[in-house]
Amino acid sequence: MTASAASAVGERRLTIAEALREAIAEEMRHDEKVFLIGEDIGVPGGFGGAFGVYLGLTEAFGHERIIDTPISEKALAGAAVGAALMGMRPIADLQYADFLFECMDELVNQAAKMRYMSNGQLSVPMVLRCPVGTANRGAQHGQCPESYFVHVPGLKVVCVSDAYHAKGLLKSAVRDDDPVLFFEHKLLYGSKGREQAGGMDLTAHVPEEEYFFPIGKAVVKREGTSVSVVATHMSLYRSLAVAEELAQDGIECEVIDPLTLLPFDEETIFTSVRKTGRLVIAHEDTLTGGWGAELAARVAEECLFSLEAPIRRVASHDVPLPVAPVMEQAVVPSQARIKAAIQSCCEG
Amino acid sequence: MSDGARAGRAELDSAQLTADVDATHELDLYRRMQLIRRFEERVYLLYLQGEIPGTLHQSQGQEAVAVGVCDVLRRTDWITSTHRPHGHALAKGVDLRAAMAELFGKATGCCGGKGGSMHLGDPSVGMLPAIAIVGGGNTVVTGLGLAFKLTRTDQVAVCFFGEGASNEGAFHEGLNFAAVQHLPIVFACENNLYGASTPFHQVSLVPDVASRAGAYGVRGEIVDGMDVLAVRESAGRAVVEARAGVGPVLLECKTYRFAGHSRGDVKGYRSREEEAEWTARDPIVRLRERLAVTLDERVLDATDAQVEAALDDAIEFARQSPLPRAEDALTGAYATVIGMESTS
Repeated sequence: MTASAASAVGERRLTIAEALREAIAEEMRHDEKVFLIGEDIGVPGGFGGAFGVYLGLTEAFGHERIIDTPISEKALAGAAVGAALMGMRPIADLQYADFLFECMDELVNQAAKMRYMSNGQLSVPMVLRCPVGTANRGAQHGQCPESYFVHVPGLKVVCVSDAYHAKGLLKSAVRDDDPVLFFEHKLLYGSKGREQAGGMDLTAHVPEEEYFFPIGKAVVKREGTSVSVVATHMSLYRSLAVAEELAQDGIECEVIDPLTLLPFDEETIFTSVRKTGRLVIAHEDTLTGGWGAELAARVAEECLFSLEAPIRRVASHDVPLPVAPVMEQAVVPSQARIKAAIQSCCEG
Repeated sequence: MSDGARAGRAELDSAQLTADVDATHELDLYRRMQLIRRFEERVYLLYLQGEIPGTLHQSQGQEAVAVGVCDVLRRTDWITSTHRPHGHALAKGVDLRAAMAELFGKATGCCGGKGGSMHLGDPSVGMLPAIAIVGGGNTVVTGLGLAFKLTRTDQVAVCFFGEGASNEGAFHEGLNFAAVQHLPIVFACENNLYGASTPFHQVSLVPDVASRAGAYGVRGEIVDGMDVLAVRESAGRAVVEARAGVGPVLLECKTYRFAGHSRGDVKGYRSREEEAEWTARDPIVRLRERLAVTLDERVLDATDAQVEAALDDAIEFARQSPLPRAEDALTGAYATVIGMESTS
């Protein structure tokens, strides 16, 4: 299905990159305290950020509010934290989420704790955009490290997978008074998924009028009664594709995009699990200690007697990412692995 | 305001930096250094007696740096501090009672008992909760400077850090970024020769932290950190430059920590001769001797007594203050949580 064929009359469809750019522009117009900071985001003749999200913004807003930093992730994260402490609303960009490990102190020890340590006298209203995901870039440019941050009280963690929610959540994140890590999947930015994403239509309806989508709220992407499937990013799209296949076998998957991992919208998941009695969790982050483990534990604590089968998790295997496509695709949660997990869960 | 609070609160809006410091001002510098010295000594005893929980990092010997630098700052300027923050806090004007109560872990503390000794701070006087990760403030401070630059205020941020932090990546990233952005920041290094027990010469072939400024196109300056008037003069120049947008400046204050690194440090890693050499340069003794030339000793003794009374008052305030409610530990990590407007 092409983007144009998918469009209803009068329905505007945008890519995630376009939706993010629109959200940023709107927020910069709304509040002069909003500014951008990162590497390669506004250099004349440059890339507009590693994935082109900022293209055109420098022309609209000028270099003063679009600050190109040295390749110094500690400095850029620290600058975002410090500026936020002074009441600014920085949107920082990390190019690749793998670089988060360069600035763990600024995020985990400073951003997450300043409000608490100051007894509520200070806030850190910053957003840090972190592109994640496997895309033949190997072990240091393809990780999905969101689970590390789900473990940090004081941070908020958002994962967006479509243009509508990307825009609504980014606008909410910019206006949120807490530090928000905003995880986007590299393969999902464009109008068509890259080859690895199966070339699917990745545009979504994005209204012209302003809207916000709240942090901490999950969405049911597909209703079903047989099994609950909770997934993010590429795993979400693979789960949706599997759901269509399995519907032909009479298995109706309820597919949920949690959107925010911290704070987690447990109630939407619990409600679904109480209905279906089965739960499969799929994410591209590695298995051990991944956010799926936390969700599985909570469902086990709250909904154990609603479960008719063991919870299944599908995640990247516990190895660093290889580059060779045949190996890479063996590591990440493939459509086949997700399908097998759902079938296994539904047999019990 | 109590006597204690009055004694603890520095008058921050200093006069023209180029003006000579008159005798009244010098006496005030003396009082503030003496307050920090006696604060450190008394809280250490209270700690040993079990009245103060946790651990303490004392700053006796380094008072001239805290007081000299903060004397040229305005109340609206900001500082970041370290795991050894008591002197910075008192010099920047954190209320003495609130600081003492914070060390006692009381609800009336400047951070409500959530910060403690290593995170002393008070935004209302321009001090972030102290950052107890070595080098942690060196990147965060760039954001303070950036905010001042973007909003076109003429505020300045000072980052206090030790010589040990100059071997952290954060020092280099923060200094370079501040340099290329011409941020209104003074990086104030307290070089007390030891990172915990490790002597600086063992971990740096460059003896002067200030010389590292050259690598980033920043002006570096070395000042006698045992002389409050010298620190004040150098810091004044640095702050003027930073405020004018021609900063940042790296100011290295050569100083010495008279006490151990933290509680229970018997200082076996340094010689008694070295200690004696530095103790002979005690910044408080030096200023007192200078003042005694023109002032009656009784004025100085009265100042000491005023400091002691302020500390008595603060300690009593802390003792009498209520403990925080245990359940308050569970709130305040977020400004907004789902279903609630605010948890603070």
